[in-house]
Amino acid sequence: MTALPLLDVQGLSVSLHDGRETRHIVDDLSLQVGEGEILGLVGESGSGKTVACRALMRLLPEALSISARRITLAGDELASLGVADFARVRGRGIGMIFQNPASHLDPVMRIGAQIAETIRFARGASRREAKAEAIELLRQVGIPDPARRAEAFTHEFSGGMRQRAMIAVALASNPKLLIADEPTTALDVTVQAQILRLLTELRDRRGLSIIFVTHDLGVVSQLCDRIAVLYAGRMCEIGPKRAILGRPRHPYAAGLIACQPAAGATLTRLRTIEGQPPSLHAMPSGCRFNPRCPNAQGDCRSVQPPLDPVEPGHLAACFHQVGTTPRLGCAA
Amino acid sequence: MSEAPLLEVDDVTVRFPAPGGGLLGLSRREVKAVNGVSLTVRRGETIGIVGESGSGKSTLGRAILGLDPVTSGHVTFDGARVSDGRRDVLAGLRRRTAMVFQDPANSLNPRLTVAETLTEVLRVHAKVARGAEAARVAELMRLVGLDPALGSRRPRDLSGGQCQRVGIARALAVEPDLVIADECIAALDVSIQGQIINLFLDMKERIGLTLIFIAHDLAVVRRLCDRVAVMYLGRIVEEGPTEAVFAARRHPYTAALIAAIPEIDPDLRLPDAPMGGEPPSPLSLPPGCAFHPRCAYAQETCRTGEPPTLRRQDDHGWACILPPGTLSSPAASTLGRQPQELSA
Repeated sequence: MTALPLLDVQGLSVSLHDGRETRHIVDDLSLQVGEGEILGLVGESGSGKTVACRALMRLLPEALSISARRITLAGDELASLGVADFARVRGRGIGMIFQNPASHLDPVMRIGAQIAETIRFARGASRREAKAEAIELLRQVGIPDPARRAEAFTHEFSGGMRQRAMIAVALASNPKLLIADEPTTALDVTVQAQILRLLTELRDRRGLSIIFVTHDLGVVSQLCDRIAVLYAGRMCEIGPKRAILGRPRHPYAAGLIACQPAAGATLTRLRTIEGQPPSLHAMPSGCRFNPRCPNAQGDCRSVQPPLDPVEPGHLAACFHQVGTTPRLGCAA
Repeated sequence: MSEAPLLEVDDVTVRFPAPGGGLLGLSRREVKAVNGVSLTVRRGETIGIVGESGSGKSTLGRAILGLDPVTSGHVTFDGARVSDGRRDVLAGLRRRTAMVFQDPANSLNPRLTVAETLTEVLRVHAKVARGAEAARVAELMRLVGLDPALGSRRPRDLSGGQCQRVGIARALAVEPDLVIADECIAALDVSIQGQIINLFLDMKERIGLTLIFIAHDLAVVRRLCDRVAVMYLGRIVEEGPTEAVFAARRHPYTAALIAAIPEIDPDLRLPDAPMGGEPPSPLSLPPGCAFHPRCAYAQETCRTGEPPTLRRQDDHGWACILPPGTLSSPAASTLGRQPQELSA
């Protein structure tokens, strides 16, 4: 990335205040997304990946407080915006799609009308223009016979078609950035392949930037340009896809890659990461991964390792990094 | 095969009345969830049943255990015909089989502790003397890698992975000859999935567990199962030893499923033209081979007439008219076809 990144997030934290204590669900997260880039945000349940994305969209319950040193989108500062101003940015700048389209689409409004409504809100187009554009968007996301399907309701669509429709709604405001929160997790694998293909086409055609949230490293390895690995609300490692998958430095990232079932022969045991992710109420001090980490030493239990560069563009937060032996035969 | 198989599924069909059906139910339709499926499971074998949603894989598992009624065909368990619905035979079946469900938290009683859940099973099946129950519960918990100290916890105090281990311990409590696991790791985190798969591999080695593992994740099935059966819209379209099916897939649907597994390899790009369409509704099956609307190799004969029957070569069966070897070349594994309207 030579030019300014499209999205620049510095020090994003999301915290829950209960009584005397403050618990950080997302802790000091920094990341950038370039124009036309797909960043994979990877982590297990409770890693804070969804909360971080919702924080960017300010779609969190009021009990959670969001703070950040800086959030800029295409140079515009977002962190200091008031609620009304931010709503405009959310409409025009960032779109979001979710795992379960059925619960994010209006069940009693025709699909085409939902898209047209967004177009009218974002750009003040006339009814007729908006309707024509909605049909065009449905065509672009690969819905056959879009003019007729625009008149359909959500329940008349199959799972894959609903996801396509939700992508069309998210694109209606012509955003520069699309946040995709596990959009293919609930889909069958053959349909997942279609949706991933659609997202890369949208990136190529519109120069759309995408943050793709998932727990599936197979998907990120084929879809994304860069990967960020989250654990217990903190960034473990971030860098180009090849560096992360080929030479992971953080033991959690390395473990996550090693325990994927795709690699390996029949009836052989899988590598696992022993133990469970920590609960929000009992975060270990120091590095939050230390109780499960094979490399953990005394310093890991007391001091939080900073996210330091390993090589240009590749950062890891670990004192005792995994050796540089290539894995999976995919080191460059 | 010298030994008689533990389980034989012979031409089993399961039909359900479809919801709706018009005024007075005059135009009542039926869903053929499982359609003429035959399957043989030997003792100690792990067989994976894979397919997308609506393929009938869960219904097949439930029908084997008598949880869904079999419309036609037979299920024979250890020599006894269990699909006739005779209560004593079914009761016998249930004493010797167990099921592990997808959602571990919701398939456990929230008001019972782990120890109470396991004790209840031991008591209902009169597995051990009252005095020996606590020791057996601790043994079961250790078997599935749970600290017996967690016995006093309730499901809400456990993680998803721990709940699933309780579900497996509960299944093993009846000392089953056969366990059917229905998507039992789909809801778990990747790092925990591996622990459960390894647990099943251990059980297979240590107690000779016979397992029917129902999943949509082919990569997991490849890791765990001796044999695999691929289902599409209620039928088995390919079946055989796992490595044979992966190495020499003979049904275009199996090929497409394998091609759609996202492997971790940054050099692999997304398939340029992934298989189009989605599985049609089981309510309105296409004529001929049910896969033909999505198949890049479909010929005129595939579109009409009877669906192809399972052909066999050695231990490997497939229901497709293509000659073997057509799909073996890597180039053929990505099926180029644009999405088309399936069932409007």
